[in-house]
Amino acid sequence: MNVQAWTFTLVAISFALYIGVAVWSRANTTRDFYVAGKGVHPLANGMATAADWMSAASFISMAGLIAFLGYDGSVYLMGWTGGYVLLALLLAPYLRKFGRYTVPDFVGERYYSKTARVVAVVCAIFISFTYVAGQMRGVGIVFSRFLEVPIEWGVAIGMGIVFFYAVLGGMKGITYTQVAQYCVLIFAYMVPAIFLSILITGNPVPQLGLGGADLVSGEYLLDRLDGLHEQLGFAAYTDGSKSTLDIFAITAALMVGTAGLPHVIIRFYTVPRVRDARISAGWALLFIAILYTTAPAVAVFARTNLLNTVSEQPYEAVPEWFTTWENTDLIAYEDHNGDGLIQFVGPDAIDDSGRPVENELTIDRDIMVLANPEIAGLPAWVVGLVAAGGLAAALSTAAGLLLVVSSAISHDLLKGVFRPGISERGELVWARISAAFAVVLAGYLGINPPGFVAQVVAFAFGLAAASFFPAIILGIFSRRMNREGAIAGMISGIVFTAAYIIYFNYVNPAANTADNWFLGISPEGIGFVGMLINFVVAGIVSRSSAAPPEEVGRLVESIRVPKGSGPAHEVSA
Amino acid sequence: MTSPPSVRPGYWTANLRYLAILLSIWFLVSFGCGILFADALNGFRIPGTGFKAGFWFAQQGAIYAFLVLIFVYVRLMNRLDREYGVEEE
Repeated sequence: MNVQAWTFTLVAISFALYIGVAVWSRANTTRDFYVAGKGVHPLANGMATAADWMSAASFISMAGLIAFLGYDGSVYLMGWTGGYVLLALLLAPYLRKFGRYTVPDFVGERYYSKTARVVAVVCAIFISFTYVAGQMRGVGIVFSRFLEVPIEWGVAIGMGIVFFYAVLGGMKGITYTQVAQYCVLIFAYMVPAIFLSILITGNPVPQLGLGGADLVSGEYLLDRLDGLHEQLGFAAYTDGSKSTLDIFAITAALMVGTAGLPHVIIRFYTVPRVRDARISAGWALLFIAILYTTAPAVAVFARTNLLNTVSEQPYEAVPEWFTTWENTDLIAYEDHNGDGLIQFVGPDAIDDSGRPVENELTIDRDIMVLANPEIAGLPAWVVGLVAAGGLAAALSTAAGLLLVVSSAISHDLLKGVFRPGISERGELVWARISAAFAVVLAGYLGINPPGFVAQVVAFAFGLAAASFFPAIILGIFSRRMNREGAIAGMISGIVFTAAYIIYFNYVNPAANTADNWFLGISPEGIGFVGMLINFVVAGIVSRSSAAPPEEVGRLVESIRVPKGSGPAHEVSA
Repeated sequence: MTSPPSVRPGYWTANLRYLAILLSIWFLVSFGCGILFADALNGFRIPGTGFKAGFWFAQQGAIYAFLVLIFVYVRLMNRLDREYGVEEE
């Protein structure tokens, strides 16, 4: 079978599996729909959280980004894992004890204010939509490259699948489908990584292979790559080129943003007990860490392979994968000096006589993981498997995000603000209608991306870091924090962060350089500063306004202690 | 919301002490070893491997440490819950 036949077969089998699981575990009540009846085992919840969390960006783009950024890519590795420590220690157990359905539920009740709830709903919907558009785009890319259908069709098929199990199954259907998707995606990620590790270093464990010696030269792989980089005029792979403060700020913004993302937080409402919420953050990080510690190895293998395969090779003799990706415009070669060879070099490259050498090859970072098996000449079924894994990652994240949008509309806005008297059945109908609406809108955004999807995803982290995280932390750890402080904090944090990002990306993109940044912090990392502003403003405003009412003090006392979770805090939906 | 169960004083303080210790380690392995001291640590190698120490912390070590921290926290808190009789049935 060729690559395309394998891809069709594996994708079809995996889709059939997801639909089967969704039918078996469909939702019957709002509790099933929003929080899977609170009966999910922590191990299963950890696995579902991992699939929910690892999006097309983690699966498809991250290793490629690291391969091009080297040490600077560490911000994603630490940023997207370190947030789970904050979640497990500072948020998950308390929010589970609080025991409602959504993040705006907590904000609205803890700060005894519909305004606070509406601010939270708007943030949740905005953050989730920017994310989901990116996922749908990822689905489109996989379909168009491997199945050779137009991107529009790819998005439509993806929408159909998500529509089916998110609308039918709610959180319960999504959770068990995500367990299946985790298994597919991690298998699809590890198989090529292990193959590559054996081929290049002889060690079957990629995490160890990364620190091992190259089979050909006997040198340590990382030293060899640093050497290649120096020779070709790139910055050393293990050093990086961003400023330390910027690295610090971006890492912090991603960590705190992770802990503040509503579709991640909501997962910890689905387990039966507080102690399950703690441990399921641990399981989630374990399942995520398997991929995240493999990604830097994949990045180094891919980078080394790429440099060895294309550097100074005649263009006439390039391998087949090169031409295939050229057809999708994701690789481009321009023979500037007319020698027929591919010069793939960095900004500092000079030739033997000391003259600068021009780079002739542009490669889209996103294709490194997808092209990796082909570059290394792995069998066709591995290539097909990677496509199925990429789809699993994109679909599982899209479904989780759509659920947040749907619960924000039906539960937080409709039941919480506009029609408090709505029946359980009516709310469930509205939840399904808003999920359907959200799927269609997300699909539209996937086909007609607003042109800044990648930037907006970073934007979403910054906003979550600058808004939700301080409001929730203060709500748990400070009894004195009141409505005025929380609202002022959220608004100042969000406005500052959004203004900074919008200014540098849309108003004055020409000024988007390190010299003009505040303390040299890039828009990617500014959410960290926004978070600090939120904390400071909330502190000052709350001290100069009335203390919260007594029952809020009792609520805070109550969520700090595990005993009495579950039935005592049941919502009569 | 039900009224808060009466808890012996000390439970929350003990919890905050655990958090302070664990989060300090969290900060040290990631922002410390992986970022602020990465250049200095890159002068050393993880014995027997090609990893420079700072690079290893940033791309591998910090993640392993995060995992250990969460599981240690779970153990500590479950023990503390039992000590103060506030565990769930």
